[in-house]
Amino acid sequence: MAERGGSEPRTRPFPFPGGQAPRTPRGPRARGAVPAWALALPPLAVLGLVFLYPLALVLRQSVSPDGGGFSLSAYGDVLAQAAFRDALVNTVLIAVGATLGAVVLGFALALVIAFVPFPGGKALSRFVDVFLSFPSFLITLALLFVYGTAGMANGLWTGATGAAHGPFDFLHTPWGVLLAEVTYFTPFVMRPLLAAFSQVETAQLEAAASLGATAPRIVRRVILPEALPSLAAGGSLVLVMCLNEFGIVLFTGAKGVTTLPTLVYGKAILDGDYTGACVVAVVNIALSVALYGLYRSITSLNGVRRARA
Amino acid sequence: MLVHSRPARWAVWAAFAAVFLPVFALPFLVIVAASFATGWSGALPSGATLAHYRDAARGDALDALVTSLLTALAASASALAVGTWSALAVQALRTRARRLGRAVDTLFMLPVAVPSVVVGLSLLVAFSRPPLLLNGTPTIVVLAHAVLVTAFAHQSVTAALSRLDPVYEQAAASLGASPAHVLRRVKLPLLLPSLSAAAGLCFALSMGELSATMMLYPPDWLPLPVTVFAATDRGSLFSGAALAVVLMGATLIVLTAVSRIRTRASYR
Repeated sequence: MAERGGSEPRTRPFPFPGGQAPRTPRGPRARGAVPAWALALPPLAVLGLVFLYPLALVLRQSVSPDGGGFSLSAYGDVLAQAAFRDALVNTVLIAVGATLGAVVLGFALALVIAFVPFPGGKALSRFVDVFLSFPSFLITLALLFVYGTAGMANGLWTGATGAAHGPFDFLHTPWGVLLAEVTYFTPFVMRPLLAAFSQVETAQLEAAASLGATAPRIVRRVILPEALPSLAAGGSLVLVMCLNEFGIVLFTGAKGVTTLPTLVYGKAILDGDYTGACVVAVVNIALSVALYGLYRSITSLNGVRRARA
Repeated sequence: MLVHSRPARWAVWAAFAAVFLPVFALPFLVIVAASFATGWSGALPSGATLAHYRDAARGDALDALVTSLLTALAASASALAVGTWSALAVQALRTRARRLGRAVDTLFMLPVAVPSVVVGLSLLVAFSRPPLLLNGTPTIVVLAHAVLVTAFAHQSVTAALSRLDPVYEQAAASLGASPAHVLRRVKLPLLLPSLSAAAGLCFALSMGELSATMMLYPPDWLPLPVTVFAATDRGSLFSGAALAVVLMGATLIVLTAVSRIRTRASYR
């Protein structure tokens, strides 16, 4: 392979014989190149057909329930339902709580991996990468064995005290969802943070320490300002992912915990009410896309700052 | 080094282990342990058995594994093709029209922001009627997975392109190579390590996709995550754990194979 690639240019005639000056390609668009916007058309067409057009149909079905005319009656119906309002409140509270938990926990863990290094730390950050590629519902499945009615924690308790059943019974409440989401999303905060921490100059830390700053003060005054952009980017991405999380809530199997995604699933698949599902979907999209816009502006600001630095 | 005194360092490490091990390592150990057991009423599971794996190696469970592998293969291949193309297009656009390039980039990243369940719902709404009647076919599941993972392929190829040294392609172009030739012989070979990394990521995400799949799967195309859910939903947690181990194992094997290709590609 390598030989073939190396020998081919030599067999070609020299491109500008007879002292004729080569026409230098001006800018990135060389002779015979298609314009950039035409290059972008095929993938845009695919995206339009399989993603944007279906989303537009969801929006259309939510505002014209019977396939004709414009009517917001479906919104009125859904917004009046207590189930919808509960789901909205649940979704936002769980997402905000899980994001705060993941940001705090992720910051603390990444701090130790980066600045109090120990043997095996490299392997640990690779483990974090693998963790990211596993589906979220595995965490809920695991928690069922740890804190479930017949799980490890309750087994230990009943074994030690002789009680009939253990004290841990929170898995089917919002707290169970919160615990699972904090567990699953913490690595999503850790990865950008570890990348940002590797940019921090150790000389800065040594200087601060030699001037008498204590470790908490160094974290607050030196490391945190440096890591803040990555922390904000990671945190807002996790917030969007928590708002959209479905597997964890579905596996919890709790009738009491509905979020917007599970409400979409319930309305469309279990009740067959597609118009209602489309209304909830539009609300969910609006919420997530607005937050995602915030995330994009944070990351592009980070890019600009890095370019200036 | 942030903490200088030895005892303090050990205290930090102990606190780290006390949080990290139970929260992140325990879930996987617990699932693996449960997949070999029939009951769990004490500190440790009881009733060691291989029956769950024997069940997982035949019949519906095996079909589910094959279904998942085929879906992930088809979805990641098409995601890689579209994502690479779109990343190249965005890079070309950015040099001429910055704003337009950024807008197109945002458009391709949008599937990350839209909930997967909603992506499933939208495909259901769009392709349940002629002219494109895909509802009830495996194609719609593959399509949903492809939509969801294309954004990640686009993102990682875009990142790789921005790190690529433009000197190589400029040199090739100045020697008279056509843009297509530069792409085929210079850019794509240089991108190969990132492309295989993107392929691995897409494959893993598609293997574990549950949300959109739950909205769309036809009765004859059940991917592994759906069967894990079905098992736990009817109360057979332990066979669900065995299926989950099969899912994690298959994902890990593919990821390892891809990263071996990647190391070989980066040595070339």
